[in-house]
Amino acid sequence: MYDFGYHRPNSLTEANAAVDGATDPVLMAGGHTLIPALKLRLAQPSDVVDLCAIDELKGIRDDGDALVIGAMTTHCEVAESDLVMSRIPALASLAGGIGDPQVRHRGTIGGSVANNDPAADYPAGCVGLGATIHTSKRQIAADDFFGPSFDTALEDGEIVTAVSFPVPGKAAYAKFPNPASRYAIVGVMVAKTSDGVRVAVTGAGHGVFRDTAIELSLADAFTADAVAGSGADEDDLNSDIHASAEYRKHLIGVMAKRAVTAASG
Amino acid sequence: MSNKLVGQSIRRREDFRFLRGEGRYVDDIHRAGVLHAAFVRSPHAHAIVKNVNADAALAAPGVVGVFTGADLEKDNYGSIPCGWIITQRNGEPHHAAPHYPMTRDKARYVGDQVAVVVAETLEQARDAAELVEVDYEALEAVIDMTKAMEAAQIHDEAPNNLCYDWEIGDQAQVEAAFAKAHHVAKLDLVNNRLVPNPMEPRAALAEYDKGTDSYTLWSTSQNPHMLRWMLSGNVTDIPETKLRIIAPDVGGGFGVKIYCYVEETVCLWATKQVGRPVRWTSDRSESFLADAHARDHLTRVEMAMDEEGRFLGLKVDTTANLGAYLSNYATSIPTYFYATLLAGPYATPAIYCNVRALYTNTAPVDAYRGAGRPEAAYLLERIADKAALDLGIDPVEIRRRNFIQPDQFPYDTPVALTYDIGDYEASLDKALTMIDYTGFPARKEEARARGKLRGIGLSSYIEACGVAPSSLISRFGAGAGLWESAEVRFNATGTVTVLTGTHAHGQGHETTFGQLVADALGVPYDDVEIVHGDTSQTPMGMGTYGSRSMAVGGSAIVKACDKVIEKGKKIAAHMLEASVDDIAFDDGTFSVAGTDRSKTMAEIALAAYVPVDFPDGLEPGLDENAFYDPLNFTYPAGTHICEVEIDPDTGVTEIVEWVAVDDFGTVINPLIVEGQIHGGLAQGVGQAMLENGLYDLESGQLVTGSFMDYCMPRADNLPSFKVGYTNTPCTHNPLGVKGCGEAGAIAAPPTLISAIANALGVDHIEMPATSEKVWRMARSAAAAE
Repeated sequence: MYDFGYHRPNSLTEANAAVDGATDPVLMAGGHTLIPALKLRLAQPSDVVDLCAIDELKGIRDDGDALVIGAMTTHCEVAESDLVMSRIPALASLAGGIGDPQVRHRGTIGGSVANNDPAADYPAGCVGLGATIHTSKRQIAADDFFGPSFDTALEDGEIVTAVSFPVPGKAAYAKFPNPASRYAIVGVMVAKTSDGVRVAVTGAGHGVFRDTAIELSLADAFTADAVAGSGADEDDLNSDIHASAEYRKHLIGVMAKRAVTAASG
Repeated sequence: MSNKLVGQSIRRREDFRFLRGEGRYVDDIHRAGVLHAAFVRSPHAHAIVKNVNADAALAAPGVVGVFTGADLEKDNYGSIPCGWIITQRNGEPHHAAPHYPMTRDKARYVGDQVAVVVAETLEQARDAAELVEVDYEALEAVIDMTKAMEAAQIHDEAPNNLCYDWEIGDQAQVEAAFAKAHHVAKLDLVNNRLVPNPMEPRAALAEYDKGTDSYTLWSTSQNPHMLRWMLSGNVTDIPETKLRIIAPDVGGGFGVKIYCYVEETVCLWATKQVGRPVRWTSDRSESFLADAHARDHLTRVEMAMDEEGRFLGLKVDTTANLGAYLSNYATSIPTYFYATLLAGPYATPAIYCNVRALYTNTAPVDAYRGAGRPEAAYLLERIADKAALDLGIDPVEIRRRNFIQPDQFPYDTPVALTYDIGDYEASLDKALTMIDYTGFPARKEEARARGKLRGIGLSSYIEACGVAPSSLISRFGAGAGLWESAEVRFNATGTVTVLTGTHAHGQGHETTFGQLVADALGVPYDDVEIVHGDTSQTPMGMGTYGSRSMAVGGSAIVKACDKVIEKGKKIAAHMLEASVDDIAFDDGTFSVAGTDRSKTMAEIALAAYVPVDFPDGLEPGLDENAFYDPLNFTYPAGTHICEVEIDPDTGVTEIVEWVAVDDFGTVINPLIVEGQIHGGLAQGVGQAMLENGLYDLESGQLVTGSFMDYCMPRADNLPSFKVGYTNTPCTHNPLGVKGCGEAGAIAAPPTLISAIANALGVDHIEMPATSEKVWRMARSAAAAE
């Protein structure tokens, strides 16, 4: 890796100061995307601002109709949280299926959300559950937060502080992992919420998206048999050595059915 | 020999250090003043290197030197050799293109070494490597084997990018067999390219001693003596007396670490140039680009049969990819380690195989676990299944009908080998029992009720291990004999140091050789030390690959032990005042037959080093060496059967049962053997459904250049293997052993593909049988219904 300055602030205020004082800073949460990029010399930040020591970014709390998860909460903490398991088991299950134990003990929800890898699990969790992303500057609805691959609504220096998830009536996440990377080739979060059915798809396209055809098919009857095929246009889906667009589109329907079954079980 | 330890599942003593992180690998070895090498690698698959401008790199912090192939050329560094000459169909030797340590003219694959930066720290070397300006003139990348013969020429020495056009067997006899055949089964097969990926990447550390004008090279080598021989005999002017190679703990080899590589050769040169030790440790990205790759065949296979499905003739046509340069043994793998196995366990009377081996702009291809034999077993077992399907015969039955029978041994195959012994039906029957073959239809029905497609498949493989009888492989074109050496050295206190020319990089030799020697000499196992991997300590030896270490190296150890015992008898006879002929040796004790007078091995050893009460004319000391040249290959064989369940909605295949019944002859340590089977199976399963080394056909970039895209097998891809044995001891080595290291990787691909095809109700599915391929075939099969 190239040389860089390293900062480990103890508060958001210190973090903001570190970011403001650097020419080309990068925020580091769990580092599971950033550190490999640094090692491969694919990233050359002037400064790395490591958020791991900021206590105010950690923890899970019950906010009545929602769970609020601090940005620096690890996947393992979410997966093993009694609170999450009892209120939104779909989210605990999603977090427990990310990467491997090493990844889950370092990787964080804030890092995953801010990075917006098009094959990451959390974007589907956020959009599917209708979450709100809290940042150092504002609150952003998940529907408005995630752009195409690696692009988000975040401005330079804006720090994700927490994600709040409304507790759904029913929800489940079904993932078809890439056998090599174990990222999602297709991951589908299906949720029956007070605002209706939400179906969010990760891995298949250039970023997380809602599959409105499947949502519509589930509006009247929330059953696996009711799940229609994906409404995605194959031209908008990824096609690579691991899976063609046609296969991905097919898998969206299969995973949606499995998610509905799991949510109803 | 009293079998106290041989045959016991003793836990590996080397695991104490390996599992606790206390192994000592090349990268763990520190030398004062060491410098770090970083290679400038070609980003082009095929390009003329017009100029290398190192000015900016040389000015960068910490840089000690920047060098290219031209610098090594000035010091008479020559080509890294290919040690096996293949005689073509036209009688000419193969078209040998040189492989210089760093290219002198063109880059021939992405990752080809163009220059090296030597600097104080690794990061400084890497920083400076980015500053080396290379002026490339890009040329057409030759990637697709099917078009390589009409594409841009990669080497001046090889028109049409052809390395050789070779054949084996009797073509006329095969044509006659086809002419009278009732049916000919045909398949076109891809044997996918693999990137082996041992856990420890390659590494080198070179140190020049000006005072003695000598070099030490620590290398992740499977065969340090061979590496020294190549470096001294072919590449450099450094005599063997001035070059010491040390291969310390090595974390997995699988073939990748047999070869002499550019990087270690450059470190060797550079250490003298800069006057300080120079090290290089591959990172995983470099491993993907520049380790030797494996397999990569395109094959058409045709089997002629009579009405009963008896094999009459086999015709094989293979195109093999050798990559951009010839790795040390590359030429031998798609020929003598492949086509000589095309009889398999079957009494096919006529066999003909033609192989065209090509240069392409891809990483060099050479031996990897199985090395040619997996390719042979794969095509044979796939065509056996196809033949059974075509004729409506059970796949078990067609194999049974064609097996070489126990009373036919020794059996001369039509493709140059003589099998000494085997009982293929015994392994088949045991495997069928272990998996409950007759219960399969019920299991298939039960799976169908759960929405799963269950399939069963098998393979009955044979392989050739214990490379190799020197005279035989010399006739095949090998440039070296493949005997093995051992020295058994008693110390004065009665402990034993055993020096072996083999090398362990995960096989557990310190344990198994210890068991062997403890039994042979009747000394405590803990008193036996196994030394390997250092050319200045061990006798000249050929290293470890091709499942040879126990069959050939172990046999050398036994021979040396026999010599120790013979000498011990002379000493004991003198001390016990008896005739040598009256001395019996058993379990560590020399005794006078019919009396209670005896001496222990430790007493004899002490007497040998304090030769006071000693036979006249006998040399002091108890230290014997032996060389063992095998009389034949060994022929492990067996039958593997697996069952899979396919989810037709996703194409995901789960392996639910796997039975491996292997005949390895005598088993020294069942625990270690089972571990070898498991590891081989994992790699074979990887080839069959997960791994695929892919280059972009236009740009020649390695598409699967990391674990994000190249799928290694993991524990959750594998079932709990059920392992069984049959035993026909090898007839021609003193231990009766055959070798077990590669069997799993050979048996697994055809077994798994057979089961998946069976589940789908199709003739064949190409490797790797990814979930998408399986899903598509399941969908087509469902549509056809």
